[in-house]
Parts: sequence; C-alpha cells; structure tokens
Amino acid sequence: MTNTIADIEESDVILVTGSNTTENHPVLSTFMKRAVLQGKKLYLIDPRRVKLADHAEKWLRPMPGTDIAWINGLMNVIISEGLQDQKFIDDRCENFEATKAVVEKYTPEHVEKLTGIPADDLRQVARDFANAGAGTICYCMGITQHTCGTDNVKSLANLSMLCGHLGKPGGGVNPLRGQNNVQGACDMGGLPNVLTAYQPVTSDDAREGYEKAWQVKGMSPTPGLVATEMFNKAYEGEMKSLFIIGENPMVSDPDLNHAKKALNNLEFLVVQDIFETETTAMADVVLPSYCWAEKNGTFTNSERRVQRVRRAVEPPEGPKRDWEILCDIANRMGYGFSYEDSHELFKEISAVTPSYRGITWERIDEVGIHWPCPDTEHPGTPILHTMQFTRGKGMFHAIEHVPPAELPDDRYPFILTTGRVLYHYHTGTMTMRTDGLNMLSPECFVEISDADATRLGIGDGEMVNVCSRRGRIKAKLQVSDKAVEGTIFIPFHFANAAANKLTNAELDPTAKIPEFKVCAINIEAAKA
Amino acid sequence: MDTNIITLNENQLTFEPGETILDVAARNNIEIPTLCHLKHTIPTNTCRVCLVEIAGKDELVESCVTKAEPGMVIQSESPKVVAARKEILAAMLATGNHNCAIRDLPTEDWTAFQLNVLAADGKQDLCPVWGDCDLQDLTYRYQVKATGMPVTACKHETERANPFIIRDFSRCILCGKCIKACREIQVNNAIEFGYHGEEMKIIAGDDAHLKDSDCVFCGECVQVCPVGALIPDREFRDDRFKPTKVTRTTCSYCGVGCQMDVFVQDNKIVKIDGADQDLPPNNASLCVKGRYGFDFVASPNRLTTPLIKKDGKQVPATWDEALDLVAEKFEAIGKEHGADAMGLLTSARVTNEDNYMAMKFTRGVLKTNNIDHCARL
Repeated sequence: MTNTIADIEESDVILVTGSNTTENHPVLSTFMKRAVLQGKKLYLIDPRRVKLADHAEKWLRPMPGTDIAWINGLMNVIISEGLQDQKFIDDRCENFEATKAVVEKYTPEHVEKLTGIPADDLRQVARDFANAGAGTICYCMGITQHTCGTDNVKSLANLSMLCGHLGKPGGGVNPLRGQNNVQGACDMGGLPNVLTAYQPVTSDDAREGYEKAWQVKGMSPTPGLVATEMFNKAYEGEMKSLFIIGENPMVSDPDLNHAKKALNNLEFLVVQDIFETETTAMADVVLPSYCWAEKNGTFTNSERRVQRVRRAVEPPEGPKRDWEILCDIANRMGYGFSYEDSHELFKEISAVTPSYRGITWERIDEVGIHWPCPDTEHPGTPILHTMQFTRGKGMFHAIEHVPPAELPDDRYPFILTTGRVLYHYHTGTMTMRTDGLNMLSPECFVEISDADATRLGIGDGEMVNVCSRRGRIKAKLQVSDKAVEGTIFIPFHFANAAANKLTNAELDPTAKIPEFKVCAINIEAAKA
Repeated sequence: MDTNIITLNENQLTFEPGETILDVAARNNIEIPTLCHLKHTIPTNTCRVCLVEIAGKDELVESCVTKAEPGMVIQSESPKVVAARKEILAAMLATGNHNCAIRDLPTEDWTAFQLNVLAADGKQDLCPVWGDCDLQDLTYRYQVKATGMPVTACKHETERANPFIIRDFSRCILCGKCIKACREIQVNNAIEFGYHGEEMKIIAGDDAHLKDSDCVFCGECVQVCPVGALIPDREFRDDRFKPTKVTRTTCSYCGVGCQMDVFVQDNKIVKIDGADQDLPPNNASLCVKGRYGFDFVASPNRLTTPLIKKDGKQVPATWDEALDLVAEKFEAIGKEHGADAMGLLTSARVTNEDNYMAMKFTRGVLKTNNIDHCARL
C-alpha cells in the first residue's frame, strides 16, 4: 500500500475494486465502513454484489475482465470535464498525452457497452473521485488475477495520478495483501528477479555486495522463473527439483490436473510444512517446521509496517524452525551459516536491505515501523511518493482494454470467478482445524444468481457438476443475491471440490499471475 | 482568567474544547468508573456509573456526555456521587444471575438463588467471569449490597446455538457496549436493543440466533462486554485461575497484520484478544479467524517427524537422514542438470527471517534465481 490502513478513514472518496474486503480483510474493512459512517463516500466496483455494497454509495457492476475499460472510462470523463489535477500531472508525471489519446475513445457510452456499467454511474464516480480532496483506491486479487493484471494495476495508478491523489493522507493506490507476510516475502527477495528491497539480481553491484556479505561465490545474474513457470518447466521435464515451504499448490494453483502432472514429473520434491497436505503427499522428503505461534521473528503487513511475531507456545518435540532447516542443509552442502536466533538473522537483514536498515527489533518492540526506514533515527514512511515517485516522474501508461483469455461460449456458457470466504483461509490447512469455522462454512458451494438457477431448473442446495476445459468438480448450488446472471463464484478452499481444477493457467505476461478471476464453465445437475 | 482548565478531585487539568469530563480524566489517568463507555464510539450515558458532582449544581451529571467547561470544579468520588453510584450498581446486581457471592441475600434466599442460577447455567460453578468482571470489581470497591431487593428471573434463555459466543442474557446489564462495538467499531450492524421495559434485550436481527443474523463472529462484543453476558464458548473460563501467559504478537492470517494478545495455559492457546485500543493497525479489533482460528497450533495432527519416500511410501526418518538426503540430492541434481534445474517456493506465511534464509539458500547455495512464493495465488 502507498498509504496506511488508518489513512483509509481519512479519505473523502473510497474506491474499492476487486476486493471482497469484509470477508478477506475484515478488520481493514472496518476502516472503510467507519469512513462511511462519518459521511465519506464509498464506491464498490466489483462483479459480485459483496457485503461491502451495503455500505456503498453505489455498487457498479462490470463484466469480469473489463477493468481497463471502466478505468479508462473514468479517466475519459475526468479529462473531458476538465476535472484532472493538471498541476500534479505537469509537475510530477510524464507521458500524460499518450494516455489521454488512448482514453479518448472510452466514452461512458462505449464503456457501458464493454462493461455493462451504466454511463451515468460511471460519470458520477468519475466526478466524485476527481473532486475529492483525497481519494483512495483499494484493490485486491479481483484486479490482479487476470491475464491483464499488470495493466489493470497500471490503469489504477493512472487514475490516481490523474486526480493527484498520490503522496497525500487519505489518498493512494492500495493493494490489500491477502496473506500475513506477502509483503515481507517480497521485501526479502522471495522473487525470481530481485534481492532484498527489490535490488535487481542483474545488478553486478548488488550481487557483489551479497557475495561479500554472505561469503559465497558465483551467484547467478540471470533472473529466475516465477512459480507458475517452474511448474510448466517441471511439466516439460526441464525442472528436476523443487523445494516448497509452507504452501499447498496442489489446491491453490490453477489447473490442478496440470500442476499434479508437473510435480509428479520432478526427480526430487521436498516440502516443508506444519501439516500433511495435498502437496506433502507427493513429496520425496517432508520436513516438519514450527508454526506461527512458536516462532520469534517479524512479519511485514500490507501497509509496509514491520511488526514483531513472538513465541506464545513452546513448539512440539520434533519440528524445527524454517530457517534453521535451510541452514542445516546449506551446511551439509559445505557452507558455514550459523545464527544463534532469529534476532541475529534480522540484524543481517537490516544490514543488507536498504529499506529496512533503520529497523531494529528494539525499535519495533511496541509499535511496528513502515519501510522505507533508512537509518535508526528515521521514523519510517507511512505514506509513499510524497515528494516524488521512486523512479522520479510518475509514468502514465497508455493502455487498451483486452478481453480475458477464455470467454464463455455455447459449451461453457458461464463465467467462473474464484475467491475466499470469511471463515476459511486459502487451502484450509489452518482454519479447517477449528471445528467452529467448519460449522460456519462446512463445504464448497457454487454461487449462482436466482435467474440462472431458475433457467437451469436447479434449486438451492442441490448438487451440481461444474466443468471447464480443464477439469470437473461436484458441489452444492447456492442461490445468492451476491451473484449476477452469467457469473458464478466458487471458493477455492476446499480440496474435495477444488475450484482450481477448473481455473485457467493462462498468465499475465509481466507479473505471471494466473487468470483465476475469469474462465468459462458449464453447470449441470448432478445425478444422485 | 485562564480559560480551558477544570478542577477534578483537586487536580487542575487543561482540556481541549469539546472534550468530555471523562475524556479529560482518562487522559490524566484519573479513573472515573464506567461500564458502558467504549473508546472511539459515541458516549451514550446508558450505565450512569460515571456520575460526577459539579460544584454549584444540584444534579449529578454523567461525565461521559458532559463537556468540560472553563472553571468547573468536579468531584468524582464525593459522598453524594458514591451513594448514587452504589444505588445504580445495586439495581444492576438485583436484576440478574450475578451469583458471585456479592449479591448479599439472606442465607436461605442466597441458597435458593444460587441453586436456581446453577440450574440455569447447567454448571456447578459460580459466574463464569468471576474475577474478570467490571461489575464485580465495582461492587467490591464500593461495598455495594443489594439487600432487600427482590430476586428477578431472567426472561430470556441463554443462547448457545453457535460455535463461538455464548449469550447469557441473565447476566446482561444492558449497558449497550456490545452494540457500540458492533455498530460503531466493526460496523457489522448485527445487534441492537430490542423490546422495552423489563423485557429489554440485546437482539440480533429479528431476535434471531447470532448464526442466523448478520453476525460475522468477530467477537468484538465479547471482548468489550464488562460482565458475563457474552463469553467465549470454550472451556477456558473453567480454568480461569490457572497461570496464564499473555504474549503480544501479529496475527497469522491476512495481510492487515492485526496486533493480538495470545493467552496460553499449560502451553495451549486458550484465548486471543485484540491488543490495545490505540495500537495500530487494528486498534484492538480482530476477525473471526484471528480470534478463534487457533486450534491448528495444538492439533494432534501436526507433522513432528521428517518423512522420506521409500518404495513409493513416506516413512518416518531422523533429521540427519532427511537432511543428508536433501543435501546429497541437490548437489547431484545441480551437478548433472545445472543450478537452474532446481527451484524453491518460499512462503508468504512464514517470517521475514525465514524468507530471507530461503532467499539466501536459493541464491547463495543452490546458485539459482528460481525462487518465488504464493503471492500470486
């Protein structure tokens, strides 16, 4: 997030898109809902009528996979009515003219045809967002999990820059991180192209610094593969070995039949986890580790705040710390890594990570600090880009709408979109151990509109077969006013009716994120 | 005349225009007791326990809704205030199953009362929040006796129809703090005051069970309830006198990073509460997963030993066997197929320290940049 969570309550207009916030970030949604209580305006732009719609000034419903079109449409209205923050654009941004030229044809009427959003609704949101003293954009996987995910995000950045809503309290472009330490895993260089704090692996200086700090030689200058590519390479036989930590791709990956063949193809699979999962079942070696409540360390939250994690219970006999296991393997391979505890590791992290340099465990003992924090006197940076953007000028990107990789046809007439429910988390490895959560959300369901259910002649609670070009699952139909005709939602938590057997593994070319939010499916009544 | 100053119990205190007497007192660590006040919500003077006496005024006023004014001279523990407060507390004690031995009934009535309450609870214990109840604390502090007040039976049955929250209306003092938590903090709008007079009750929806209402079991109401009306549906309360260790940590679910206090007895998590009301990012709020989804930690199904696949079947192995095999295999595959034939998926679930080491291992030891994690999924 460019801004803080608390900052959301300071916004005059909150634009939420591709986020079922009350279910996936319940506590963060309280900031949005309280802002509405204080008279601020919230607009929800989402294919489903999720709970947040109850709190919204208006819910705008785009066809899944048409985000660039409505964002360009908002910009079209703002520019044609002269509501843009021209000073911000002139002083702090570049490439505006090219973007302006592209959005020219995205008139509200044209956008209505592409997205289904009524032209006047689009105008209303555009005017309110542009006229707001501070307007924030909060988005989640509904924006990113598309073959055009990167362009969707860039479009939101365009919109925010256009209105001058960046670099100030109550503004910003704010991705909501879905897992406790996604931010930290990225910051720590758990990505194929960057070291810690996003230093590129292609930089000789950066690698040299690390080789010196770590006393190793021969680090690779070639960016590696993202997870989905590793699976493809395994499928093709080029990838021979994978080491998977705390993740269950056999439920969370797209096109699971493909993923399964990929893992089966490996010569050697190591999985490190706290429970047996669908993925550990395929491993050559399974390594048990400590869980969250047994660890000392840090997580970095969605707003870039580095916070302490503390051991609350003593670990059971047998498992080890995740980092300790890796150290032990490294040392068996001839290295001499040695750390007394997690704290010593954090000191090394601070030393090699510019944005974490000023953060110490002592400083974050009571309250976490937002990176970048370059030195120990620095208070941290709650709001990014206040004076200038990281790259200097904010770059406008001229982006055209492109349709999703797979659209409905006669054989697969429905659009499937996937996500989570309030009571479960990802593949359920943790939440499904709490009976109460299972009672409140016991099984998979196929969320459908009343109109579609009626047309199919299948009633609420009846079992249906759902199939796509890639797979088939069986689950209970749930007629819901969250669903809009033509679009089906299935949560991906449940291994026994895994939505990801259906999803499409087509990737965004830049971020390599799969298109979980749109694929084509068919639904039929299941025979008893 | 120096304007924005009040005198509270002989202390000269400055105030900001708009601040209530209770706000000024709280800011200066002077405790004025209250049962219904909840920080960050609109004060409603429902419980009336926060009464104070202002010099020159005949009527006592509720400090939670009375704005500080220049020159006010205020007493929060004067004989008149204490007498009124005792009466209010006595009335609360008299209208519920407050069987914590402070009810002060004649012996024979006490026994009958106690037996009735135990029957209603289905338990052989005193009130489940004995020792952790604001009403009990105040009753002791002011030595309140509800002598002479009749025993009234609760008209509403205790609700146990959901997995997380017990609603015991017999111990509810109708302070409305839970409603503030639900409607002004979490804004789930699930509960409100229902019925009138002696029938009054906190209702969900159309007086439905929580599970059939808009309730999302965030548990904020349980966390703020000053008495035993809202309690977690767990055995914890039966063991409330066991030594408890409390650890401040960060939630392990979504990316909000809520700060939480984990209560542990006998090395087992028994309760999780949100941390301080002024501590970001969550200001003491939590959601259903963060508050109640901790059973996995003590699950008997945790992996506790390394496993090695032998003849297609995973069998237990020692750490030495497992780690030797991994090291050996990685060296062999690296030699035969090159470093880029190997890859590592680190995790958005583990700590920065764990992720950093995974990165160091992949880049420094395996010598490949094939590292990624589940952020995209």
